Amino acid sequence: MNEAMVISLLLGSLAAMVPIALTSIGAVISERAGVVNIGYEGILMFSAFFGAMFAELAGNGWVGILGGAFIGLLFGVLHGILTVYLKGDHVIPGIGLNLLGYGAVAFGIRAYWGTAGQHQVPSNAQISPLWMDAFGNSLSPMVPITIAVAIIAWWVLFKTPFGLRIRAVGENPEAADALGINVELYRFTAVLIASALAGVAGAYLSVDWLGTVTKQIAAGRGFIALANMVFSGWNPIIALGGAFLFGFFDNFAIYIQNNPWLAGTIPWQFIATLPYVVTLIVVAGIIGKARPPKWDGRPYKRE
Amino acid sequence: MNLKNELRGYVKPVAESVLAILIGAFIGALVLWFSGYSPGSAYYWLIKGSLGSTDGIAETLSKSAPLILTAITFAIGARTGLFNIGAEGTVYFGAIAAIIVTQYLQNPLAGILAGLFIGALWALPAAVLKVYRGVHEVISTIMFNWIAFFLVSWLAVSVYYNPKDPNSTLPIPPGARLPLLVKGTSLSWAFIIAILSAVVVFVVMWHTKLGYELRTSGQNPRAAEYGGINPKRSAIWSFVIGGMTAGLAGAGIVMGTPPSYAITQGLANVYGYGFDGIGVSLVGRNHPLGIIFSGILFGALSAGATAMQQHAHVPLEMIKVIEGIIIIAVAVPGLLDLFARLFRRGEA
Repeated sequence: MNEAMVISLLLGSLAAMVPIALTSIGAVISERAGVVNIGYEGILMFSAFFGAMFAELAGNGWVGILGGAFIGLLFGVLHGILTVYLKGDHVIPGIGLNLLGYGAVAFGIRAYWGTAGQHQVPSNAQISPLWMDAFGNSLSPMVPITIAVAIIAWWVLFKTPFGLRIRAVGENPEAADALGINVELYRFTAVLIASALAGVAGAYLSVDWLGTVTKQIAAGRGFIALANMVFSGWNPIIALGGAFLFGFFDNFAIYIQNNPWLAGTIPWQFIATLPYVVTLIVVAGIIGKARPPKWDGRPYKRE
Repeated sequence: MNLKNELRGYVKPVAESVLAILIGAFIGALVLWFSGYSPGSAYYWLIKGSLGSTDGIAETLSKSAPLILTAITFAIGARTGLFNIGAEGTVYFGAIAAIIVTQYLQNPLAGILAGLFIGALWALPAAVLKVYRGVHEVISTIMFNWIAFFLVSWLAVSVYYNPKDPNSTLPIPPGARLPLLVKGTSLSWAFIIAILSAVVVFVVMWHTKLGYELRTSGQNPRAAEYGGINPKRSAIWSFVIGGMTAGLAGAGIVMGTPPSYAITQGLANVYGYGFDGIGVSLVGRNHPLGIIFSGILFGALSAGATAMQQHAHVPLEMIKVIEGIIIIAVAVPGLLDLFARLFRRGEA
C-alpha cells in the first residue's frame, strides 16, 4: 500500500463517516432522552430525495442540506407525537417509516424526474469540496461540520443544564418529573434534534458525497448508525470515532474487491461483516459493557 | 357465552387493522393523485392483477407464503415480549441451505429440513446474547441480518454460483423442487407449508404447555417467573421456533418458485421478505390466523403491483408506500378510539 492509497482510503473513510456519525449522534441524543427510533433509514431516504429536489430548485447544495433537515424534522414530529404524546410503541413506527422511505423514494424518482431508480444531481446543486487533488480525492466541508457537531453534542449533553435534563428524562423520568422538568417536552425536543440531524445526513448523501439519488441510497446506513450508537455507549464523541471505523471498513472492503491479489485471499464480504461483528462483541460486553439509558424505549405516563 | 366474549375480543383488533388498511389506501390514493396518476385506474389494475384471474390468484398466494412465515417469526417474538426482527437474514440462510443440501440429497424433504435446521441454528446466537448477556434483540438481530447478507452473498457468488448463469446460484435440482398446485403458475406446495406452519404455531402457542409458558413470559415476565416458568427457556424457544419458520420461508422461495429455483444476483429474490413480514404480522395482530389473512393481503398487493405498473403506468414501488402507511397507522395507539372521537366531534 503506497502513500496515495493511504490518503485515498483516509479521505474515503472520512466521507463515509459523515452520514453515519450525524445519524448516530442524533440517535444518541434521542435515546439519552429515552426515545428509541429505528426509522432513521427511512428519514435518510426521504431527506436524500427531497434534499436533492430542493437543492436543484434553488441551484444551491446548502439549500438541499437545510431542506433535508426540515424533512427530517417533519418525521421527527410524527415519531414524537406517536411515542412521546400518544405513548405508543417506539419500534413499530420506525419499521413503517423505513418501508415507506424505500417505496416513496423509488416511486418519487420515477414520478418527479421520470427516470428509473437513479437521478444524477447537477453540479450547481451539489456542495463544492473544501479541497481536491488531481486524482479525484476530495474533502467535503461537511467533514469538519460533523466533527464540530459531535463535540457540541457531547458538550451540550454532559456539560449544560439542558443536557442534564435530557439525560434525566431518559434515565429517571419519575424523578425528573418530580423536579418539575417537563418530561414530554424534553423527550420531544430530543426526537426533533435527532431527526433533523438524520435529515442533514440524508441530504449529504445526495447533494454532496454521492451526487446522485438512487432508490437504495441509504443502503442500510440508518441501521449501521444504530449499531454505531450502541458501539459508542451512547456518547457523541465515541460515535464520531465509531462512524470513522465503519467508514474505514466500508472503504477497505471496496479496496479488497478492486485488488486482484487480495480478492483471491480474503473475500471482501468477510471484511464487510467486520463492523457488525465488532458491534456485537462490544454489545455483548466482551470489550466493554454498553448500558442504555434506563427508560430507553419506555413510554412515560405520569401516575 | 364464552364464545361471544371471545368473538368480541377479536372484533376490535380486526376493525383496527381494517381501518389502518383503509387509511393506507386513502393516503396512497392522495399520493397518486398529487403525482398526476389516476388512483382509480391504479387500484382497478391492482385488484384485477392480483385477484382477477387464476394466474393472479396463484401469484397472490405464492407471494404470500414467505410473508406468512416471516410474519410468524415476528409474531412469536412479539407474543413472548421480544422484538425479533431477524427473519430477514434467516430467510437468506434458509434459501442457501436448501440449495446446498439438495445438491447432494435430491429430495424436497431434505431441502425443507435444511431450512428448518439452519433457521433454528442461526436464531440461537441472538437468543444466547439476549438471555445471557442482556443484548437487546433489535440491535443483535439487525447486526445478524447484515452478517447473513454478506455471508450468503459470498456463498452465492463464490461457492454455489451457477457456472452456466452468472446471475444466479445453482438451481434446486428438479427432483427436490416443490410440486406446483396449479400447472403453469407459480403456486406451489410452499403455500400449503406456510398455512400448515401457521396452524401448527397457533396450536403450539394456544393449546400446549410450552405455548402457555411463552405467552405468559411475554405478557407478564415477573408473574411468569413466580409461576415457575423459566423466562430464559421461553426466550430461547421463541427465537428458535421463529428462526425455523423464517428458514422455511427461504427454503420455500427457492424450492417452490419457477422458473429459476435459485437465488438471483444480489439476493434480489430473497431480499425484503423478513422486513415485510413485520408489517404482515402487525396487521394480522401478531396472531397466526390473522397473519394468514394479512399475508394474503400483502401477497395480493405485491402480485397486483406488476399489473398496476403495466396498465396504469404507476411505478410498482407505490405498493411499499401504501404498506408503510398501513404500518404507521397500525402503530397509532387506540386508532379506533381516536377516529371515533374525531367523528363524534365532527357531529357536534
